Amino acid sequence: MPESTPDPASGAISRAEVAHLARLARLAVTEPELDRFAGQLDVILTAVARVGEVAADEIEPTSHAVPLTNVFRPDQIRPGLTQEQALSGAPASEQGRFQVPRILGEEA
Amino acid sequence: MSELTRLTAAELAEKIHSREVSAVEATQAHLDRITEVDPVVHAFLHVATQPALAAAAEVDAALANGNEPASPLAGVPLALKDVLATSDMPTTCGSKILEGWRPPYDATVAARLRKAGVVILGKTNMDEFAMGSSTEHSAYGPTHNPWDTTRIPGGSGGGSAASLAAFEAPLAIGTDTGGSIRQPAAVTGTVGVKPTYGGVSRYGLVACASSLDQAGPCARTVLDAALLHEVIGGHDPLDSTSIDTPVPAVVDAARRGAEGDLRGLRIGVVRELGGEGYQPEVEATFRSALSRLESLGAELVTVSCPHFDYALAAYYLILPSEVSSNLARFDAMRYGLRVQPSVDSSAEEVMAATREAGFGDEVKRRIMLGTYALSSGYYDAYYGKAQKVRTLITRDFAAAFGQADVLVSPTAPTTAFRIGEKVDNPLAMYLNDLCTIPANMAGTPAMSVPAGLAESDGLPVGLQIMAPALGEAVMYRVAAAFEAARNAAEGGPLIQRLENGLGVPV
Repeated sequence: MPESTPDPASGAISRAEVAHLARLARLAVTEPELDRFAGQLDVILTAVARVGEVAADEIEPTSHAVPLTNVFRPDQIRPGLTQEQALSGAPASEQGRFQVPRILGEEA
Repeated sequence: MSELTRLTAAELAEKIHSREVSAVEATQAHLDRITEVDPVVHAFLHVATQPALAAAAEVDAALANGNEPASPLAGVPLALKDVLATSDMPTTCGSKILEGWRPPYDATVAARLRKAGVVILGKTNMDEFAMGSSTEHSAYGPTHNPWDTTRIPGGSGGGSAASLAAFEAPLAIGTDTGGSIRQPAAVTGTVGVKPTYGGVSRYGLVACASSLDQAGPCARTVLDAALLHEVIGGHDPLDSTSIDTPVPAVVDAARRGAEGDLRGLRIGVVRELGGEGYQPEVEATFRSALSRLESLGAELVTVSCPHFDYALAAYYLILPSEVSSNLARFDAMRYGLRVQPSVDSSAEEVMAATREAGFGDEVKRRIMLGTYALSSGYYDAYYGKAQKVRTLITRDFAAAFGQADVLVSPTAPTTAFRIGEKVDNPLAMYLNDLCTIPANMAGTPAMSVPAGLAESDGLPVGLQIMAPALGEAVMYRVAAAFEAARNAAEGGPLIQRLENGLGVPV
């Protein structure tokens, strides 16, 4: 993330930070989109930073409305998708497998 | 318009089961209605004419053989939100990234509807991946509110709600992450129910925010919603968050409620859900609803839920965080759109180009917001604090339910606004969810029932009723009592007053 110290209270997010977020999220956003999103995200982040006003340290966080423990099922074999079904929506397939673009030679 | 499309689901089921009307006739009447009005309303993304007629014919054949109806709703047509997987119809979630996608399996909700003999007419329009309050964020164009086609039908389930208000279907399924069943119900004069979290299976429901998403019934009457609730509700081993307890007896509760006696019940009016930002006529309609509840014998008490003021802020951190994770699955590899900028593009370049082309602005905004909120250095200040606020909201509910059996508020702060009015101002759009978000944060059930019409614009206002977890029965009872009393005093259901806004007879 940014080189500067995080200061959520200011609520500000720069155009460069939005560009970085877009890269992290694998969104090839355009320059006009960056201009627009930077302003909008700034407004939204400033508004949602209000959570800091009441979220005191001693309050336990809630991740889920219904407290959950591990849910088990019997370890029994049951039918899954066939190979044909699994590939039915694939953008490209070959020899019964998903065909994907090259993964070597990435920058990141 | 065929009279069959004006009936409630309960009335239509009775005619089908007594073989006065066939399920095929009922289905055809609704398909004809869709052909007639959907060019104006645009509630449907896909109409499944042949599968619907085939499903109806099966119901008729079973009845002709002397079989008992598969359920109290066997043969009744329904509109299904396009966020639930269907093996015989496309499932797009209102997104270009899933254009034309046909899932290889049925969502549990779809499977239960089929087993119950409910006829699925097609898939309804929605804000892309259920992110929005107006259905304007659909990649396939907005849905128009049948009360006034220049206005939004609410969102994200605007298609489902509009299909009911336009008499294209007597029943619909919605999903509610922050109000996407209830707010559309409010602005279209229909009934919408968000069950307790885990009350209806999420298997095959394409995830928006997994800890908040909940499918539920939409209808024109409280009893119809209750009948549908019992068909789709209940434990599902395919959803680990599904609650393993019996479905609350909501049909009995709705019938009892319709008798109109609320004596002995305490109804809490949430002080924080009103005032600044609320349209005065919404508040006036809400106050008259309170008087009506009091006249039915309920005792009104004022309750305070101070942290509801922070619910919107916490929600718009928690939701985008879950969205940024859930929507990572749209990676152009296994299903959906693939955009390849050049023949030797890398997987990463293909992903980025595909997601850029396949997602709309609101989805991109929320993915980036969530990516930010979960980032190292920001996590504690944003996501961590939002989770603490979630605890505070749950505590507010617990305290309020110590003083009252159910809580009430307006469902939405305004009536339906004009298409285009808020689409460029995300924060203004988010404020539509002000009253509905707390129940999602706490996982408690809540519903919207038509309260009346605002005087100046003649548009519907919804009354929200909230209950403790698994407290659906008392919620339906109050809703049915209110509905019956309102209908009796105002000369019939609100929806029947729907004037000719569609350019065709209603």
